[in-house]
Amino acid sequence: MAEPAIKVTGLTKRFGDFVANDHLDLTINFGEVHALLGENGAGKTTMMNMLSGILIPTSGTIEVRGKAAHLQSAKDATALGIGMVHQHFMLVENFSVIDNIILGAEPTKGGKIDRTKAKKDIMALSEKYRLRIEPDAKIEDISVGMQQRVEILKVLYRQADILIFDEPTAVLTPQEIDELLDIMRQLASEGKAVVLISHKLAELRQVADVITIIRRGKKIDTVPASTSTAELADKMVGRHVNFARERVPMPEGAPVLEVKDLVVEDKDKVAHVRDLSLMLRGGEILGLAGIDGNGQSEFVKAITGLLPVTAGQILIGGKDLTHATPREVTEASVGHIPEDRQRFGLVMPMDLVENMSLQTYYKPPLSHHGVMDTKVMVQTTEQLLDDYDVRHANLQQKAGDLSGGNQQKLIIARELSRDPQLVIAMNPTRGLDVGAIEFIHAQLLKARAAGHAVLLISFELDEVRQLSDRIAVIHNGHIVGESATSDLTEQQIGLMMTGETLEHAKEATHEN
Amino acid sequence: MNLDTLLLTVISTSLVYSAPLIFTALGGTFSERSGIVNVGLEGIMVMGAFGSVVFNLKMGDTFGALTPWLGLLVGGAIGVLFSCIHAVATINWRTDHIISGTVLNLMAPALAVYLTKLIFDGRGQTDILQHPLATVTIPGLSAIPFIGHIFFTNTSLLAYLGIGVAILSWWVLKYTKFGLRLRSVGEHPEAADSLGISVYKYRYIGVLLSGFLGGIGGAVMAQSITLNFSATTIVGQGFMSLAALVFGKWHPIGAMGAAIFFGFAQSLAIIGKYVPVIASVPDVWFTIAPYLITIIVVVLFIGRSKAPAADGTTFIKSH
Amino acid sequence: MRIKNTWISGLGIPLTSIFLGLLVGAIIMLLSGFDPISNYVNMFTGALGSANAIGEVLRSATPLMLTALGFAVANYAGFFNIGLAGQALVGWLASVAFANAFPGLPSILIIPGALIVAALAGAFWSGLAGYFRAYFGANEVITTIMLNYIALYATNAIVKAYMTVGDGDYSKMIPKAARLRTPFLEQLTQNSTFHYGIILSVLAVFFIAWLLKKTTLGFEIRAVGMSEDASRYAGMSPKRTIMASMLISGALCGLGGAMEGLGNFQNIIVNTALPSIGFDGMSVALLAAGSPIGILFAALLFGTLSIGGLNISIAATTPPEITSIVVASIIFFVGANYIIRYWFAKLRKPAKPTASTPVPPAATDTKEVHS
Repeated sequence: MAEPAIKVTGLTKRFGDFVANDHLDLTINFGEVHALLGENGAGKTTMMNMLSGILIPTSGTIEVRGKAAHLQSAKDATALGIGMVHQHFMLVENFSVIDNIILGAEPTKGGKIDRTKAKKDIMALSEKYRLRIEPDAKIEDISVGMQQRVEILKVLYRQADILIFDEPTAVLTPQEIDELLDIMRQLASEGKAVVLISHKLAELRQVADVITIIRRGKKIDTVPASTSTAELADKMVGRHVNFARERVPMPEGAPVLEVKDLVVEDKDKVAHVRDLSLMLRGGEILGLAGIDGNGQSEFVKAITGLLPVTAGQILIGGKDLTHATPREVTEASVGHIPEDRQRFGLVMPMDLVENMSLQTYYKPPLSHHGVMDTKVMVQTTEQLLDDYDVRHANLQQKAGDLSGGNQQKLIIARELSRDPQLVIAMNPTRGLDVGAIEFIHAQLLKARAAGHAVLLISFELDEVRQLSDRIAVIHNGHIVGESATSDLTEQQIGLMMTGETLEHAKEATHEN
Repeated sequence: MNLDTLLLTVISTSLVYSAPLIFTALGGTFSERSGIVNVGLEGIMVMGAFGSVVFNLKMGDTFGALTPWLGLLVGGAIGVLFSCIHAVATINWRTDHIISGTVLNLMAPALAVYLTKLIFDGRGQTDILQHPLATVTIPGLSAIPFIGHIFFTNTSLLAYLGIGVAILSWWVLKYTKFGLRLRSVGEHPEAADSLGISVYKYRYIGVLLSGFLGGIGGAVMAQSITLNFSATTIVGQGFMSLAALVFGKWHPIGAMGAAIFFGFAQSLAIIGKYVPVIASVPDVWFTIAPYLITIIVVVLFIGRSKAPAADGTTFIKSH
Repeated sequence: MRIKNTWISGLGIPLTSIFLGLLVGAIIMLLSGFDPISNYVNMFTGALGSANAIGEVLRSATPLMLTALGFAVANYAGFFNIGLAGQALVGWLASVAFANAFPGLPSILIIPGALIVAALAGAFWSGLAGYFRAYFGANEVITTIMLNYIALYATNAIVKAYMTVGDGDYSKMIPKAARLRTPFLEQLTQNSTFHYGIILSVLAVFFIAWLLKKTTLGFEIRAVGMSEDASRYAGMSPKRTIMASMLISGALCGLGGAMEGLGNFQNIIVNTALPSIGFDGMSVALLAAGSPIGILFAALLFGTLSIGGLNISIAATTPPEITSIVVASIIFFVGANYIIRYWFAKLRKPAKPTASTPVPPAATDTKEVHS
């Protein structure tokens, strides 16, 4: 039953001197789920952007249904039945669900958009594929999971039969991931071609028929889905990878961070953090698991002084820092690896010396009476770049010109070199390759081994489980449960991420 | 002066002064909803005013009573041409929108006065128009008791036209394919691009519409208020229109309402003379009132109103 | 909203922009039947052909350096201060009012006194816009423009009401002790209006260069301007920093106005329009891409253009507005520096179709880059 939907030969894409895709050959069949496995930056998305007409190949050919295709725009791809569900949702926040789905393919009647017909068609699709949506809600008001369903409906509405999913599970709970994988199987069983881009081995093996591995722009191999996880990982990274993280036993330390009944409201009086309580001791890593948008961001910003606290108390090292400024928090020996390194962690157009001095520029030895000592700043920066292996061309380089991994290493160097008693790290490895991830995990474990407390907030459940001594799950701004890592299964954490209490989650998973 | 006449004066002068702001603010709305910040509205108004005055003076004998109306279209056309500079700079050449708009504001008075001197034998100020846009009394409507007299006698037909254009703009933005797409490139150009919508095309349309309506706004100002062209024909009305569109939360109806409010502020200087209580206030207070009121409004009411998400950003299509 | 620092990567962009700006001016002159070459020759001889002309150019550059520095300091903090003219005007008024209020003081007191009062007045005027932006989020492009008009009409009203001599439209001259023009300088430059204010302007250039580069305040101003989020994360206060930069900005503009009051005019007049040192100062700063040392040279260039421009209409019938058109064109090309770089790159490597700024690898995998 397998018939080629897409066949690419010698596909190459260059950006200046950088080769993102290097002579890729690939065949994708109808009726199959074809997985594309590779690290962040391996070139998977570049390739799919060429298939969906967003990027134009430097060389090589693309055949769709046996015919050569010259895709110049997203329109061309749509006309050929190719649709892409983007990793970063391509949704207009203040448009309704319907408007987002029909945008660019609007049905009209008498010069006016026919929203009644659109709604009927969309609801029919929604029922057929069990993609539950609220058609009239605005994107900014619906959950991330529903946003993803809108993205899928956008593609189906255009009657695509070649569907590309780019890292679709990054923001979903384990249960939502299962549902999504079911939908992919359903689509394939209807005869559509499904491409799944991911670096998560387990889910690929669960859903795919075949897996193609890409590394540094080159195709490494195409293998059946039954290939072992270890073999897939080694092929993806190009060396043997050890996913286990060593945690040395640590004695119980003194409380470092105590959060009591914390409430954080925004200026419209909407509470993003409600009655949140946590305690974190020296020498342990507490992982805060949860789906994006459940108050993690606001919680971290409240602790670090970036958002005002509405009610409750925050103690760091026994000191009340509930209403402290960001600088007061930093001075209380806190290192903060922020969620968005490019927006918060770095001043992108500033050079490496200035970025490395960002937290300490105002006091000796970097400055005296308001005048900065450039020489000391340069020396300190050189030392730290060296110690933390930040690869750079020169000190005058802009932070924005570093690769993502090196940007994050610079931030880690700046924050951890101050030897802080409390380290707050939010999504510290997002979008990084395996080498950088290993390095950053090692640094966090080192801080723990030095007796410091580490608060790790991550949307990657695997990361939380690998590193944490204890896991707390946040849902809707509230901690729904907390337990030692070894006491919790992935399924239980997944249920808690949707708001179930620890007891319910345990009961539910025992029944199965 | 009795209440009736006072209201008539207040409303008709407010409307006269509102009309240029309504058109210009609507133009700005189209530009900004497509994602291009346009602080060059002032310059566009200058060029529109200049174009309409030259046309009015030179062609008045040919077209007679029709002249000022054609003058509006000429002003709009000149505005479109002039706004091309902003479109090319911000959409294709990645120029900062504020800097490009500022260039329009620097360029327009210099260019317009330069051309005025060329056309009118070295004089930087034109003669007074022979065919201005006069206030009209609308037949039928003005017969409505009390209200008809106040709203439709000796009033600015253009202000009502502006209100009509505002309603039309709202309808187009909300209900048509064109409007949805224009708004999408201002909110999330990457998403629009991924659906095959040409971001560049819709942004061009947005900027050129701001040129057209801003040019008309300038033409209205020159042909109904200053009645000639000089370097001081447009003194901040473009910026007030900008403030109006921000105050109106980037919504055509809101922008129109704000423009009428600012029109009222500008008419204070004239009305002030007729109102016994405030007639003794020094003139300077009335002169600065519109500017002062604009600041107060900007500070108190629109400080944090939300612009289209991608307003002011450059979209770079990857290949 | 920020000027990119192109001076570091060389003089290529500003020099090309100046050339293209003059070219646009030449085309416009050709189209309107004037001879661009003789006009430009007249312009440059008019600006540089005599000691008097050079004195006028330097005098004209003096306030421009100050207002341009004012624009640059605010712009580093991410604030587009179009209110330079109004801030300069209130400084001008304050300096003249102070000098005329204390006619008996010696130079050593009256000049610093008048300068301080002018700086304070300018800082107050810009501080309003800074406060509105920092604490109410009010768009500074709108507020500073509105403050310009208020400054214009309010100072005119004050001059008319309290300072004019008889029926004139100008105040009485300031006392001799307060004047920056001296017989010695007049003798040196064939009776030009050149004055000692240039010393202050040049000192300000170096002071601001030092402030921005070497002090923690300068570091904060630059960081806040580039990323308000990251600077907050780093413990800086964007509100306080914006206020500080706006106060410095307005003080510099106030001093620029004092140069007119104590130097050029030595009194204050009823102005029909905002003083040109405002928008010209902004143009100077944009051309210099915010670099203080660049401002020194760009101000001299603008002095040359504006003084030489006067000569165009004396020697020919070309309207003097042509110089403003040239200036606006220069700023246009400075702003569009991306396309100039792109053209340069094409000239260097005609074979390669890619843009001069290749997409960095980090950004290729996900989505388009925007700035």
